[in-house]
Amino acid sequence: MYNGGKIIAGLIIFIALVTFPFYTNMGKTIEKPADLAAAPDELHIGDLPIGQMRAEHMMLLDKWRDEVVRGGQRYITYDGDEYEKSIQNGCLACHSKQEFCGKCHNFAGVNPYCWNCHYSEEEGLL
Amino acid sequence: MKIDRRKFLKLASCTGIGLGLSAADIFKDTVEASSGHSAVSTAATRYAMVVDVRKLQTAEEYQRIVSACNKIHNIPTLIPEKDDIKHEIKWIWNDTYGHAFPDQVNYYHPEAFKQKLFPLLCNHCDHPPCVRVCPTKATFKRPDGIVQQDMHRCIGCRFCMAACPYGSRSFNFVDPRPYIEDKNPEYPTRTMGVVEKCTFCSERLEKGQQPACAEASNGALVFGNLNDPESEVRKILKSNFSLQRKPELGTMPSVFYVIGGEEYAG
Repeated sequence: MYNGGKIIAGLIIFIALVTFPFYTNMGKTIEKPADLAAAPDELHIGDLPIGQMRAEHMMLLDKWRDEVVRGGQRYITYDGDEYEKSIQNGCLACHSKQEFCGKCHNFAGVNPYCWNCHYSEEEGLL
Repeated sequence: MKIDRRKFLKLASCTGIGLGLSAADIFKDTVEASSGHSAVSTAATRYAMVVDVRKLQTAEEYQRIVSACNKIHNIPTLIPEKDDIKHEIKWIWNDTYGHAFPDQVNYYHPEAFKQKLFPLLCNHCDHPPCVRVCPTKATFKRPDGIVQQDMHRCIGCRFCMAACPYGSRSFNFVDPRPYIEDKNPEYPTRTMGVVEKCTFCSERLEKGQQPACAEASNGALVFGNLNDPESEVRKILKSNFSLQRKPELGTMPSVFYVIGGEEYAG
């Protein structure tokens, strides 16, 4: 084999890079957020079951942001109470960014760019 | 099909007339806009602001208006001085008579007046050029006349900044967060790469509040519905001489400046 040493060295580097995500995470257990299983059928603001809210909240937020920014409909009435369709004044009024949003986002390894502009008072500007 | 000379001329003239009519239709808007006499909004609501500069005298009064806006909207004010020209973000700011009204060529205006500052902000034009050029429709005009910007859709192309004749738009060249002095947790910040501008405090209007600048101005800035003949803005405009910025461009600004005589120039 011509240039055998270089080819084999190259292959080793290639395989090391490709399998990088596997061996860096090997043996580590990332804990699944415990309360993920809780009350999936209970209704959340916006008439979505909580289970669906977990899976599809990004679609709901997308819809709400268009309604607020482009339609001027900032409030939603649910169960007699009025809520603001807003991350900072709505979602984060009840949920904690780190404890609630962050737990799942970290587990799923997503970094939504919502937080580039929207922020929580507890965390401040990061 | 054989076509004789007579038939050809008939067809050609019909085509010519048709083309002429459609071209006239296309250019109608352009001609109207450039003449500055285009149709004005007849919607039930057209939000507008009257700036009564006679009521603004001290530097503190001017600053209070700008600071109120900066604080409520998380506007970065701590940008280092050397980067200021490029990176400055402004929704409402103060500038001189010459910069505010470069079309006012009367050089016999009172000297004291030429030294006076004017609070400048987005004019929320009835014919906003920024809306016409936005390729993603991130900037749009609401039915109530507010020229709104959807930050989620802005791609940072800065066409609107080139189109705006009033310099009312600022671009976030850097992440603004480290430069925010006094943060308001009820309002988002912006991210690097989007354009921003005054929103007439649309989020406050929905709660029945006045725009922050108007609230902080002690009555110097009056906000209201221009299409309501009984509104305060209309009453002020009816009984006072007022200026608009660069009205000859046909943008139909919704911000008016009530100008007093020399005794008012601070």
